[in-house]
Amino acid sequence: MSALELRDITKEHAGSTPVVALRDVTLTVDTGEFVAVTGQSGSGKSTLLAVAGTLERPTAGTVQVAGKATEAMSDAELSGVRCSGLGFVFQQFHLLPTRTVLHNVADGLLYRGTPAAERLDRAAEAVAAVGLDHRSEHRPGELSGGECQRVAIARAIVGEPALLLADEPTGNLDSVTGGEIFALLESLHERGTTILLVTHNDELAQRAPRAVGLRDGRVERDERR
Amino acid sequence: MRWRSRLRAADVGTLAVVGLRGRPVRAALSATGVAIGVATLVAVLGISASSRGQLIAEIDALGTNLLTVSPNSFSGETTSLPPSAPAMISRIGPVNADAATADLTVHVYRNQHIPSVNSQGITVEAADTSLLATVQAHLWAGRFLNTATAHLPAVVLGHDAAAALGVDRADGSVSVWLGNQWFDVVGILEPVPLAPELDLSALVGFPAAHHLLLREAPPTEVYVRADPTSVGAVESVLAATASPSAPQNVAIANPSDALTARADASAAFQSLFLSLGAIALLVGGIGIANVMVIGVLERRGEIGLRRAMGARRIHVGLQFLCEAATLSFAGGLAGAVLGALAVTIYASIRNWGTTVPPGVLAGAVGVALCVGAVGGLYPAWRASRLSPAEALRSP
Repeated sequence: MSALELRDITKEHAGSTPVVALRDVTLTVDTGEFVAVTGQSGSGKSTLLAVAGTLERPTAGTVQVAGKATEAMSDAELSGVRCSGLGFVFQQFHLLPTRTVLHNVADGLLYRGTPAAERLDRAAEAVAAVGLDHRSEHRPGELSGGECQRVAIARAIVGEPALLLADEPTGNLDSVTGGEIFALLESLHERGTTILLVTHNDELAQRAPRAVGLRDGRVERDERR
Repeated sequence: MRWRSRLRAADVGTLAVVGLRGRPVRAALSATGVAIGVATLVAVLGISASSRGQLIAEIDALGTNLLTVSPNSFSGETTSLPPSAPAMISRIGPVNADAATADLTVHVYRNQHIPSVNSQGITVEAADTSLLATVQAHLWAGRFLNTATAHLPAVVLGHDAAAALGVDRADGSVSVWLGNQWFDVVGILEPVPLAPELDLSALVGFPAAHHLLLREAPPTEVYVRADPTSVGAVESVLAATASPSAPQNVAIANPSDALTARADASAAFQSLFLSLGAIALLVGGIGIANVMVIGVLERRGEIGLRRAMGARRIHVGLQFLCEAATLSFAGGLAGAVLGALAVTIYASIRNWGTTVPPGVLAGAVGVALCVGAVGGLYPAWRASRLSPAEALRSP
């Protein structure tokens, strides 16, 4: 089964001068894959991730997450897809500054209706999986950028989503730390997590088992190693 | 497997304070408006309740078992009580004390040179020697009429009557011109709260009225102290006892009831302060709405993240609504404490007992909660309408 199936996706951003961000993009990510999407700024890679994450609806085309067609879903149903099927990692981390690392990670399960005690138990496992057990009770302000991104990754995987979507996770980090984050994603992939990574860092993208290149909203290349 | 986004009720409470903890100073400032409004409401209602409580306590101390019996007047036509009325009333079982007064239709002057029109509204009345105890009046100076002085040209002046006549001594050295003869002032009363009509009267004994003034007036007022447990029973038989042949000509009153009613009515001034408090509360609510709107703008990233983590629109809206309500509720609690404190201080300065009705406290906090919830509606709606992708794009 494929974790994600994008078929003939076109996305037009409305406005005084409408911008076509994606044109007829078809992309399938199979369960267990690690796909890196690269492209220049404006190539449409962030829009691709937003559409794949059901954060935006495509102008045309269909999106299936873990075999579920999303085009006819209501906003509430899409929320259900995001909370159970998808995990997100962003460039800006988006951690809540007043909450400890453990609580930030546990919030990844908040909208699943999981009881608080179980959320914390599973959060502790996820924090350990990204190697931050010694930081559980710290707050984001006390962490380095790399550590913050590890917390965000732990929050994204705590619910064991069908697909992990990472939007420029190394964009705010220096190259060494960025490399470490990429290595963490690789190790998660080895343990079975399906990952769709969007990055403008070609060097890192070349390390992924599958690299998809976008240019002007079209898939330019799709290479597997 | 069915994927569904849901939020536990227990977690909504945590969400409501997460955002506030991030900006404690702003939260405190925006709750201040509501706190001031609630404090005003509680203080005004508490102070007026305390003042009323004090009045009622004073009235209760005077006794609520005093009844007055007087002739009824029908559209200007005055009736009179039968002369036997006081004796009949004193035979009612649960009557502890009674005293009659009778208007003698003579006047009192400082001396014989005062023109007769200058009576200053002072009524001259014959009074039983038991009057002082029955109405629980107190003497400002001198003594009240007793069985001896009731026969003599001796007069006891009401508080206002003494002032009007310019009498400030009651040692027998001052005389007043009463019914064309000299009467010695033997006593001056303190104001009588339960029988204010006595304040502007000059009281002489019934024997003196009969022998010296040659007046045989029917009783105009009979004061009755009933047994406190039988006030109602006594009240119901008074008219028929006082005037068996014409009970409809008898008016019965309970002066303490009238005072209580006046204490209740005196609360009218508070409506101005109450509306001031309500306005402060309204402004506080607007302040909270304002702060929440800014919060929604600043926390677009968080809103986007929550939507990405699977929050529904309603979950995001609920979070901001509860945050506003929590803010306002906290302000309301602080205001209630402040208001109660103000009442306590004011009451202790005035030597009153402090009365803060619990209903007022609960009501004020409840109103604050509602104000916050209403103020949070618009920001919550704004937050819930944000598109997740757009919210995430903002820094």
